[in-house]
Amino acid sequence: MSRNCKFYALIRPHLMCFLPGMGVRTHAVGLFKAINRDARHWQILALFGLFCISFTTSDFSARPLALIAAIIGATSAQLAGTVWVNARKEERRAKSGSYWRGSSLEAGAVGWLADFQWKSALITSLSLSILLRASSLWFWLAAGFIAISAKFLIRYRGKHIFNPACIGIVTVSLIGGSAAWVSPGQWGQAPIFAAFAIGFAALVLSSAKRLDIALGFLIGFAAMLFGRAFYLGDPMAIPIHQMQSGALLVFAFFMITDPRSTPDSRLARLLFAFAVSALAAWLSWEHHIRGPMLYALAGLALLTPVLDRVLPARRFEWISKKETSDDPETPRGGLRPRPHIVRA
Amino acid sequence: MTLKHLAGACALGLTSFALSAPAASAFCGFYVAKADTDLFNDASKVVLVRDDERTVITMASDYRGEASEFAMVVPVVDIPEREQINVANPALVDHLDEYTAPRLVEYYDENPCEMRYRRMESVAMSAPPQPMMEEAEMDADDLGVTIEAEYEVGEYDILILSAEESDGLITWLNQNEYRIPDGAEEVVGAYLKRGMKFFVAKVNLERHDGSSMLRPIQVAYEDDDFMLPIRLGTVNAEGKQELFVFAITRKGRVETTNYKTVKLPSNMDVPIFVKDEFGEFYKAMFEHQTEKENGKAVFMEYAWDMSWCDPCAANPLSRSELRELGVMWLDEGQQGDIQPMPRPGIRPGPQPVDAFVTRLHVRYDGQSFPEDLNFQVTGDRENYQGRYVLRHPWRGDYGQCEEAGQYAETLVSRWDEEAESLARLTGWELAEIKQKMADGGFSASAVGVSEPKPKKNWWQRLWGN
Repeated sequence: MSRNCKFYALIRPHLMCFLPGMGVRTHAVGLFKAINRDARHWQILALFGLFCISFTTSDFSARPLALIAAIIGATSAQLAGTVWVNARKEERRAKSGSYWRGSSLEAGAVGWLADFQWKSALITSLSLSILLRASSLWFWLAAGFIAISAKFLIRYRGKHIFNPACIGIVTVSLIGGSAAWVSPGQWGQAPIFAAFAIGFAALVLSSAKRLDIALGFLIGFAAMLFGRAFYLGDPMAIPIHQMQSGALLVFAFFMITDPRSTPDSRLARLLFAFAVSALAAWLSWEHHIRGPMLYALAGLALLTPVLDRVLPARRFEWISKKETSDDPETPRGGLRPRPHIVRA
Repeated sequence: MTLKHLAGACALGLTSFALSAPAASAFCGFYVAKADTDLFNDASKVVLVRDDERTVITMASDYRGEASEFAMVVPVVDIPEREQINVANPALVDHLDEYTAPRLVEYYDENPCEMRYRRMESVAMSAPPQPMMEEAEMDADDLGVTIEAEYEVGEYDILILSAEESDGLITWLNQNEYRIPDGAEEVVGAYLKRGMKFFVAKVNLERHDGSSMLRPIQVAYEDDDFMLPIRLGTVNAEGKQELFVFAITRKGRVETTNYKTVKLPSNMDVPIFVKDEFGEFYKAMFEHQTEKENGKAVFMEYAWDMSWCDPCAANPLSRSELRELGVMWLDEGQQGDIQPMPRPGIRPGPQPVDAFVTRLHVRYDGQSFPEDLNFQVTGDRENYQGRYVLRHPWRGDYGQCEEAGQYAETLVSRWDEEAESLARLTGWELAEIKQKMADGGFSASAVGVSEPKPKKNWWQRLWGN
């Protein structure tokens, strides 16, 4: 809370103009609540912090222009996708003849853009600009567009399969060859620790409740690295050094934690996290792939629907139910009845 | 074209057997006056030519001890065939070194009364290295060591060894006078467990022509792992090792993926006296910048399209030199030879030579660099060079025209800035720098400007008051 108080101290003179009479504490609490209303707010703040750390401490850093390109790509795909989803809703509504709710599209552009998830697009863009490096701005634009398009187009039972930023990076670097690459080692020691702290804080603060999968992955991956070092007789300095990777950090705290593309039940999430860490370790040892966890997640994303079937649980929603009633970005298919599971 | 997965190879400065590279020659350019001084003792120089999985490594040594004691031990992934091993002309590596070396550039100010500006000149030259030789022999032993292959290449006797146990291998190596330092068991064991073989080389004095120079060994191999084993070099307790990696690719810059790559600060104006001590300057700057990164960074000193340079510390390498270094793609386009999948890399226009060179400088020990260096080729073709600028002032009667008077004043503030940036780069004492500059005639009194003129505030300068 102290951080919020500091922040409050900065903006207090201005707030006073508008809100005379309110106490310091009230403002701080208010600000906290406003941010806390949506888990993605914390993620955006944290990712922006990481972006700034990278920008100020590295010679081969995240670039503002790249961020803008990614935002343009991601937002345009998000716009198109939103319109498409709303059109489909309207079509379904017309077919079913249930006129009791009225058409949202009657509201014009606002209706067409109902549930426009700009925060998701922004989070994806930030992740892309932090992790991806390329020889041309087009790659960030393409990555942003591919990432969000995949979110709308590749779905199963109302959930998208791939984490957007992950699939964006993997696609672009597979297509681009060495013209687009992941730069995991450009952080340096102090910045990486700061970045880890920020990532962890964001995760704890956010209401996404996905600490389990982040820790599951980190612990799984660390176990792989330390186990191998132990087997090879390497000093522990080696796995410790290997854990200090910017790609690992952004991945663990901001990608694999994406509640929308990971399994719903906790057990399934942990299984998933361990599978990803094992595949990532194998890719890096046997195939020497840089940024292996991204490829591992992209490859194993297809497991999520299976795990959801075998180990069903309540679906995650970004905004708590009492605040909004509508399912944000999921075509109605997602709300079909749960599969019926028979256990022995 | 059989693909031998030779290995990810490379140099380690196992002490007694030197590995390593021409130290002095490395920095040629700087030593305008006294070219022979060693800037970095026992530096290793490694040239890595990489295109997809095809790699040619050239390991140059600066070894200056007894030839019989020279030895090189390099972990490799596979057993190379005889045709995969070559001995190169040391001048190749020296040339590449000169071409990529950080450089001093000079400019001369014109008479301010004539207000013209002419660019003058650039600098950088080189120096040659020198090593030694003698005799070595080997035993066949049952220590669990297998000699997988045995080659005579140039003045070297080369063995490819595999082993079950690190102890056995180390005993064998020591018996055969490779003098592996204590504490190498773990590192050797880790490489063996990963299924790697050991490439060991010694000088055969009978085939050595007695010249003072040991030629670099080259190995061509294919492997998806783009790395350089440095851990053996960290075993000995001789403190930090110096390593230069020259990476040549067709796509662009090479960076380390498990260590931070940092650009060496560049394009600064420095005081004129640096010309006489460029070597010292460069050493101090590298030292200071390394400390600033806690010793954990890899420094990029040059990244440039091989087709040109500006200013040139040495001419770009010719096509035949590049080919000798292992640039295998130069003639492939015309001949329709096996070509790697064309990828949409960004390649501007037709170029005389399709090669991009990156020079990386690493000072490492086991603590700051626990792991081998992992690289990746990026598509970044942005040119970068370590370049430091000398600006010679115009000398004359500063009272002959109004511009000359103003010019003298700008000189004083320019010199202050030069001193400050030099202090920042090298960590040298500002006062000492200023004293040195004053001794050389670069001070306010030398140009007749009445001492420390208080700097004008921005608002004073704003309306020309």
